[in-house]
Amino acid sequence: MSGAEYLLFILMLSIFLGFELINKVPATLHTPLMSGANAISGITVVGAVALAGTGSETMGMWLGVGAVTLASVNVVGGYMVTDRMLGFFKKKED
Amino acid sequence: MTTALVTQLGYVVAAGLFIFGLKMLGSPATARRGNMVSAIGMLVAIVAALLDQGIVDFTWIVAGMLVGGAIGAIAARAVAMTSMPEMVALFNGLGGAASLLVGWSALSPDAGVFTLVTIVLSILIGGVTLTGSLVAYGKLSETIGSGAITFSGQQVVNSLVVFGIVGGAAMFCMNPTDPNWLYMVIGLALLFGIMAVIPIGGADMPVVISLLNSYSGLAACAAGFAINNNALIVAGSLVGASGIILTQIMCKAMNRSLSNVLFSGFASVSSEETVVEGEIKPISVDDAYYVLEAATNVAIIPGYGMAVAQAQHVVKELTELLQNNGCEVNFGIHPVAGRMPGHMNVLLAEADVPYDQLLEMDEINPRMEMVDVAIVIGANDVVNPAAREVESSPIYGMPVINVADARTVFVLKRSMASGFAGIENPLFYKDNTRMLFGDAKESIGGLVREFS
Repeated sequence: MSGAEYLLFILMLSIFLGFELINKVPATLHTPLMSGANAISGITVVGAVALAGTGSETMGMWLGVGAVTLASVNVVGGYMVTDRMLGFFKKKED
Repeated sequence: MTTALVTQLGYVVAAGLFIFGLKMLGSPATARRGNMVSAIGMLVAIVAALLDQGIVDFTWIVAGMLVGGAIGAIAARAVAMTSMPEMVALFNGLGGAASLLVGWSALSPDAGVFTLVTIVLSILIGGVTLTGSLVAYGKLSETIGSGAITFSGQQVVNSLVVFGIVGGAAMFCMNPTDPNWLYMVIGLALLFGIMAVIPIGGADMPVVISLLNSYSGLAACAAGFAINNNALIVAGSLVGASGIILTQIMCKAMNRSLSNVLFSGFASVSSEETVVEGEIKPISVDDAYYVLEAATNVAIIPGYGMAVAQAQHVVKELTELLQNNGCEVNFGIHPVAGRMPGHMNVLLAEADVPYDQLLEMDEINPRMEMVDVAIVIGANDVVNPAAREVESSPIYGMPVINVADARTVFVLKRSMASGFAGIENPLFYKDNTRMLFGDAKESIGGLVREFS
């Protein structure tokens, strides 16, 4: 199975899964959730590398290089700042 | 096993790790490890993508990753927790831009209609996310005014932009070889992002930033369709779902529909005078200290003003002194306190307040009657009793923290100038309310000095 209908199938399942997962995140973690989600949206880098690595020096390649750069900011920055934030969250010591 | 298969399996593993990581975000105890799991998932996905046989030259890939990674790392280390909303806005924008570029570069002469439509979608959503986020960034960092910007004929201009986008997109799908239609769609998408966010005021930013978060995921998702990549679709839709849920939570916490938040900037705000009975009763730091010293149960309700005054650390000091004095201290956090979901929680966590002391609105409200002193720090609308009592109030029906149920309420405020929304707050005139005027950091610092 390949093509559009297969991709749409994956889309539908992921959206349902996403709703289930995120609904369980407590309000206190909503900011780290957003920055963590931001990091995940840097997944575009995965698509961009194939476009940036053609070695063709066409406009398509340079657009891909731009996408790799921007998405890398997202991935590295997003995960690091989320980790920094989550490091602050501590339970009461009794 | 072919490399293509290895790549696909790598994506499956990565998707599993993302899902597991998000699941671990369900509790503060496991959240940090969850973030790590998610990061490992990203690493697996990137390595899998680099195995692609079509890649002949790694020079520019490595260069892009190094430059982008370095910028991200520096930003992540340097950013102050009070500036998290603008940081997240900026990152949202970059994610949108990346998806726009991927969609654009996926354009090839032999693309089918389905691919062309998904290319347009990724460019459209990515472009709106980019400029919308930049405007949100400007508003949050006060680089541009945080107020709503409206002008006459705004709706007409916006309608024309939408009409142009739809027309341009249709023409592009019919004539994919003519790049001018594509440039038109890109330009109009960028313009639309600006037009959509400028009429939204600073106090509604939690909604906007959540929605843009969602868009950055949806843009990645659309780009995934354009280049036929599962990893982008799964990860993008997870992010999209996350942003939509947060948007819903924010809207519910303001008792407003999403369309009301997005478009109410156009409607002229009715500024009817609410007649409030009673008088303002100021209190000095000295007197406030005596009340607090005798208190056994204190609730602190922070708002955006606490972030502006950078008062979170001195608030933590006061909390400790009160606790040493045998007093129970809790924080009541309204979902839309601050400029993004969970903003107050992160600030207080950074100041070392344990997360089990941070109570959500529904947890703190039933306890309010047992509270001796409720201290409102830089919050206004989220504690406004008009939301419950005054039917003509613009915020009537919005769930609020019922501080007036506490025996005494201290409101820390700079002056009597009306708050952001310009809505009169009857809380300030209640019999049991005392106003502690001045900078929140200085006022609380004064209380801390009295205690020690």
